[in-house]
Amino acid sequence: MIITGTHINYYHVCKRELWLFANGIQMEHTSELVGEGKLIHEYAYPQRSEKYSEIELDGIKIDYYDAKNKIVHEIKKSDKVEKAHSWQVKYYLFVLEKKGITGVKGILEYPTLRLREEIELQEDDRLYLQKIMQEIETICRQEAMPPRIGKKICRACSYYDFCWSGEEP
Amino acid sequence: MKKNYYLFNPGRLSRKDNTLKFVPVDEEGQEQKPRFLPVEGVSDLYVFGSLDANSALYNFLGKKQIAVHFFDYYENYTGSFMPRDYLLAGKVQIAQTRAYLRKSRRLGLAQAFIEGASFNMLKNLQYYQSRQKDLSAEIDTIQSLRSQISGAQDVSALMGVEGNIRQVYYQAFDAILKDFSMPGRTKRPPQDEINALISFGNMMCYSGCLRAIHHTQLNPTISFLHEPGYRRYSLALDLAEIFKPILVDRVIFKLINKQMIKEKDFDRQLNRCLLKDSGKKSFIQAYEQRLGETIHHRVLKKKVSYGHLIKLECYKLIKDILGEQPYKPFKIWW
Repeated sequence: MIITGTHINYYHVCKRELWLFANGIQMEHTSELVGEGKLIHEYAYPQRSEKYSEIELDGIKIDYYDAKNKIVHEIKKSDKVEKAHSWQVKYYLFVLEKKGITGVKGILEYPTLRLREEIELQEDDRLYLQKIMQEIETICRQEAMPPRIGKKICRACSYYDFCWSGEEP
Repeated sequence: MKKNYYLFNPGRLSRKDNTLKFVPVDEEGQEQKPRFLPVEGVSDLYVFGSLDANSALYNFLGKKQIAVHFFDYYENYTGSFMPRDYLLAGKVQIAQTRAYLRKSRRLGLAQAFIEGASFNMLKNLQYYQSRQKDLSAEIDTIQSLRSQISGAQDVSALMGVEGNIRQVYYQAFDAILKDFSMPGRTKRPPQDEINALISFGNMMCYSGCLRAIHHTQLNPTISFLHEPGYRRYSLALDLAEIFKPILVDRVIFKLINKQMIKEKDFDRQLNRCLLKDSGKKSFIQAYEQRLGETIHHRVLKKKVSYGHLIKLECYKLIKDILGEQPYKPFKIWW
């Protein structure tokens, strides 16, 4: 199974979201928030030429890779699920490292919040990522979808209507 | 929010840079002033007039996920241009087929559709009962017929019950509607004004359901109540059952009783009665308004439009076929 940055991200936000996404039940096209995020991607850093810097390997897709300074840039809309974002970037560094590209750093960028955060891959992180990659496979392959988490974050999720729709008993 | 666009005038639709351009043509074939439709704001196109278009346009519409629905001169639905399926989920597809193949599951879902549909019909009648129309006989009959739903042994028996309910329901229309009468339901072609409205409205509801299904991972050809057809998207027919009373019939009652549609909006001939363009426009206007109306959804705890309820129904269906939560039909609660 190919594990993308999205899998790593969703694993930290909601296991159900991870399962739904991995099983092709996708909803992003209906979400205005996701659309907003896409626009931010397109317009936040116009001076960066996408054509020469977007890289794809082993299933991961990096928004902007600055080869000269060895920096992976990841753009996000809000820092609500910051932990998930930083693991996503760490996973990119991890995959690059496996490909022999070492000494890369990451920068998480929140253009609308005017915030950025530097990310580095530590020794423990490698072990942790290896462990959760296995767990992600197990979750995605299981027959039943994991339960709803029922947190505040659900409200902003593109799966909200899917998960919470129903009729009163 | 994306909108449906309805093209009544003949003309040419084309891609112009990154948006849509419609050039209407008058009776002498003279081009009129072009209109531009903002492509990002278009959900579906409904084509009633004759339309000229080329493949470049359809490629563009396909990329933008815009469907085009076509209707012939007699306002029958003839087909749709559907953008490529973009939401494929093998798991849902297999589960949907499996649910269809298991007799008890198929029957259960079919019963739920009729259960919801008849409940919503009953609600319509009860509403008018409370407004001094005497419909108690019809209400009682439908209530007793509804008790047979859960006992139906197979889908064809269920269809029989449904047919009986619908017949009684349509009988009540005469009492609800002012100035018009409907001797009974007639189709292909409709024989009177009310039948013309019902046929037209049901078709609008059907294509709306089809579109909602298309935006989910469900396969529109695998249905539970209606026999899966090889030419029809029969799952849309299943879903439409639930929404016809709420979306279509309510709009008809309003249009007739508030005299927003009149005798002159119909083209009545010896053996058929059709809506004129003016009539179609009045219906569509009221129908679109209905789709946009919002209610506070008591489970989702937020505002939801009538149009969005169809999508929610699809989600509930997916959850049922994946074995997560048994499907319960939408029943109007206000």
